[in-house]
Amino acid sequence: MINRLLAFIGRHLDRQLMALVTILLAIGVMVLFSASGGNVERTSAHAINIGIALTIMWIAANIPLHYLASIALPLYLVGLVLLVAVELFGFEVNGAQRWLNLGFTRIQPSELMKIAVPMMLAWYFDRYEAVLRFGNFVTATLLVVVPVLLIARQPDLGTALLVAAAGFYVLFLAGLSMRLLLGTVLVGVAALPFLWDSLHEYQKQRVLTLLDPMQDPLGAGYHTIQSTIAMGSGGVLGKGWLNGTQSQLEFLPERSTDFIFAVYGEEFGLLGNVVLMAMFALLIARGLVISANAPTMFARLLAGGVTLTFFTYVFVNMGMVGGLLPVVGVPLPLISYGGTALVTLLFGVGLLMSIRTNRRLVQT
Amino acid sequence: MRLAVVAALVAATFLVLLSRLFYLQVIQHDHYQLLAEQNRVNIVPVVPHRGVILDRNGVTLASNYAAYTLEITPSQVDDLNGVIEELSTLVEITPKDLRRFEKRLEEEPDFSSIPIRTRLNDEEVARFAVNRYRIPGVQINARLFRHYPNNEVASHVVGYIGRMSEADYAGLQEQGRAYNYTKSDYIGKVGLEQYYEPVLRGVTGYEHVETDANGHSIRTLRSILPVSGNNLLLAIDARLQQIAEAAFGDYRGSMVAIEPDTGGVLALVSRPGFDPNLFVEGIDPEHWSALNDSPDHPLNNRALQGVYPPGSTFKPFMALAGLELGKRTPGYSISDPGYFVLGGSGHVFRDWKAGGHGVVDLHKAIVESCDTYFYGLAQDLGIDMIHEFISQFGLGQRTGIDIAGEVGGLLPSRQWKEQRFGQRWFVGDTISVGIGQGYNLVTPLQLASATAILASGGRIFRPHVVQHVQDSQTNELQTIEPYPIGEVPLQPRHLDLVRDAMADVTRPGGTAAWAGWGAKYSFAGKTGTAQVIGLKGQKYDEEAIDERHRDHALFIAFAPAEAPKIALGILVENGGHGSSTAAPIARKVIDYYLLGIEPKDPAPRPRKEETAGD
Repeated sequence: MINRLLAFIGRHLDRQLMALVTILLAIGVMVLFSASGGNVERTSAHAINIGIALTIMWIAANIPLHYLASIALPLYLVGLVLLVAVELFGFEVNGAQRWLNLGFTRIQPSELMKIAVPMMLAWYFDRYEAVLRFGNFVTATLLVVVPVLLIARQPDLGTALLVAAAGFYVLFLAGLSMRLLLGTVLVGVAALPFLWDSLHEYQKQRVLTLLDPMQDPLGAGYHTIQSTIAMGSGGVLGKGWLNGTQSQLEFLPERSTDFIFAVYGEEFGLLGNVVLMAMFALLIARGLVISANAPTMFARLLAGGVTLTFFTYVFVNMGMVGGLLPVVGVPLPLISYGGTALVTLLFGVGLLMSIRTNRRLVQT
Repeated sequence: MRLAVVAALVAATFLVLLSRLFYLQVIQHDHYQLLAEQNRVNIVPVVPHRGVILDRNGVTLASNYAAYTLEITPSQVDDLNGVIEELSTLVEITPKDLRRFEKRLEEEPDFSSIPIRTRLNDEEVARFAVNRYRIPGVQINARLFRHYPNNEVASHVVGYIGRMSEADYAGLQEQGRAYNYTKSDYIGKVGLEQYYEPVLRGVTGYEHVETDANGHSIRTLRSILPVSGNNLLLAIDARLQQIAEAAFGDYRGSMVAIEPDTGGVLALVSRPGFDPNLFVEGIDPEHWSALNDSPDHPLNNRALQGVYPPGSTFKPFMALAGLELGKRTPGYSISDPGYFVLGGSGHVFRDWKAGGHGVVDLHKAIVESCDTYFYGLAQDLGIDMIHEFISQFGLGQRTGIDIAGEVGGLLPSRQWKEQRFGQRWFVGDTISVGIGQGYNLVTPLQLASATAILASGGRIFRPHVVQHVQDSQTNELQTIEPYPIGEVPLQPRHLDLVRDAMADVTRPGGTAAWAGWGAKYSFAGKTGTAQVIGLKGQKYDEEAIDERHRDHALFIAFAPAEAPKIALGILVENGGHGSSTAAPIARKVIDYYLLGIEPKDPAPRPRKEETAGD
């Protein structure tokens, strides 16, 4: 009976992904406990988030591939409508209009788009697979640009970046010509000065701060300075769990959320970082393998897009904490405190599992 | 295949991240390790106990006492003004307190605890304690304060400490002593507190305190204990000092009493004085302008900085010069017509006594303070001999006392006049120098020191206020210069002659007979008067002229004459004749010092209206 239940639960769960996710989540709980100063309440809340997110991952893993393909367009449209609604009726928190009040709960539609955009594009390219022309790429680009602009207007640079990246990955994997790609990059570079002007003052500040954190050590540069100090002082072996002075004495800001990697790096050192990055690398590698072996173009593009979005989270967050990238609000996947990102990311992992296991089912 | 490209890019990115982490955690580890330590460890200086100052009998002149202060740690407070307002409902916070707080707020780092009110009384402490939970970031601490329990007594000797100024700090840096201080420390400003600052200060201790980002102290990692400053044990007798100060009444002036056998300063008076306690926490503008703008200049240390003509107190030294240099014998006498005519020029110098003193020998010249005798002696000696001989007694030179700010005064010489006025020395100049007038300028301290040299038979001690420095750790005493630094060669018979004459000054027939009446010891002295303004052709009428234009009264003394235990010099500004105001002060001081007799009227009384006797 129990065996059959376990078999039912595990039927669509990819073992390798499940193992990596479990290890990463365990590391996350451990680091959060330290980062929150031994706060049991916060750590339990995180555990509950994990429970919810894992459930959603399980559900996603159990959705059949063809069904996934059929909800791609409606999901995208709903997301778009909600983004417009945010623009019109959303409420402001900290100067940014990102949330929509549904009466019983608040939702952040931009989060949905991280999955909906790659899904939509995967579905779109899948549909025109046989007769893919230049015009299709233009349409696909528009499908990405519209929601990205809406999100950037909120303003939420971090999410806009992630959504844009997700769309771009699918475009790239679908075979966007290299010449066109280079052209886009050139146009992008040429547009940089205009983009710069359209940035908000605090966003400009973040970029400038990255170039020279010391120009404002207690203001905009504070995050970067403190996180590099935490990282650097950790050394090879780290200061030990619960012993990081930068985190325990609260010099590190945002240490449970976006900067939790600094806490980890301070307490577990370079050795711990190598282990953590190996876990992420394996998870991403597994995702790419799933993509490579996917049965349909939709599955291949979706798996690739989702995996690379996950990779982007990791890269942007680690780059930011390590002082390589400007401070943008991107959490470290499966480690940072915060339910929304966790749900989105594990939903994505669930999609990967669905693609993997559906292929197997189809073959057998 | 595009997926392969992607995989390569992912791998490359991870390598970049990894090499960045390698750079931070391996290559730059030491640098960031240091920054992390600086982040978490605050080095908090611990101020040492300042050495205390005690008189020769153990009476406390400067000490420390612990008092409760109400302090705010700015880094722990969000709304500083709100907190101050809240506090002012519990304890009184004056605008002066507020000013002081704001000044320190600018100077000190945010994590330090800055006092807003000092010296809380028990009721205030209790009231705050009850409400404490409502006001985070505010605490009551016990701190040490400098206190001068005797207020005005010996204020010019002890001086005071105050909060360090920029100039003080720069001075410490120059001397290489700044490491022992923080900019918010107290430092000796005046008097012994200033001169003996390095002795009194001690060594600052340090606590390494682990502190979180909000400035809360977590724990002390390491502490280096401060070393207390050493104590000063003075030669000063506080009661003697007090009696001397009271004896001045409302007169301005100065008195220095020295123990001839050691050079120890028994009392050093400069009137008016001030209350040094006013300065410790920063003096308020009202008190400051009252002290600074007063025509009496209470902040001037007259004993060291006031210069006056010595007047007739110069005569005993002149007499010794005449005897030692062979220009006079004890038996030599003149017939005094009441004036002296300078040969050649025909210029007339008058004696203070119209009609003269009759037949005058050296003894009588001192006892009656005969000017004519000394006019002649001055002419016979000449300025070069006078300058050379008298300068051995230190008149017109800094004594080197252990209080800063001493001035030199002036013992005139041929070279000096040429340098100063570009003029050659006239014989006429010599004549008035002979009775202590003319260009002569001395400080009361020099007068006392010269008298002590005379009293001790020519042995020269550097006057010193501090007798011993007591080591705070071992209690060992280090004695300050108990040996003579030189000697004036004087023949005993000449000394005896001058001493006998000075003893007769206070006996019937002498100029200070009134002050010496009934003394139970031989009381050697010499009166003096120094002109404040020159009166041309007019008769000097004390009653008629403005008080501040009256002559200064001087008196030097030692006792007992045959084996002196105390020597002193007194100057009473606008006191008239030395006999009337200065000599009685000497009598009271010596009566107390030798016999323990307390003055009948120890409380000072206004004496402005009293006229001179004699």
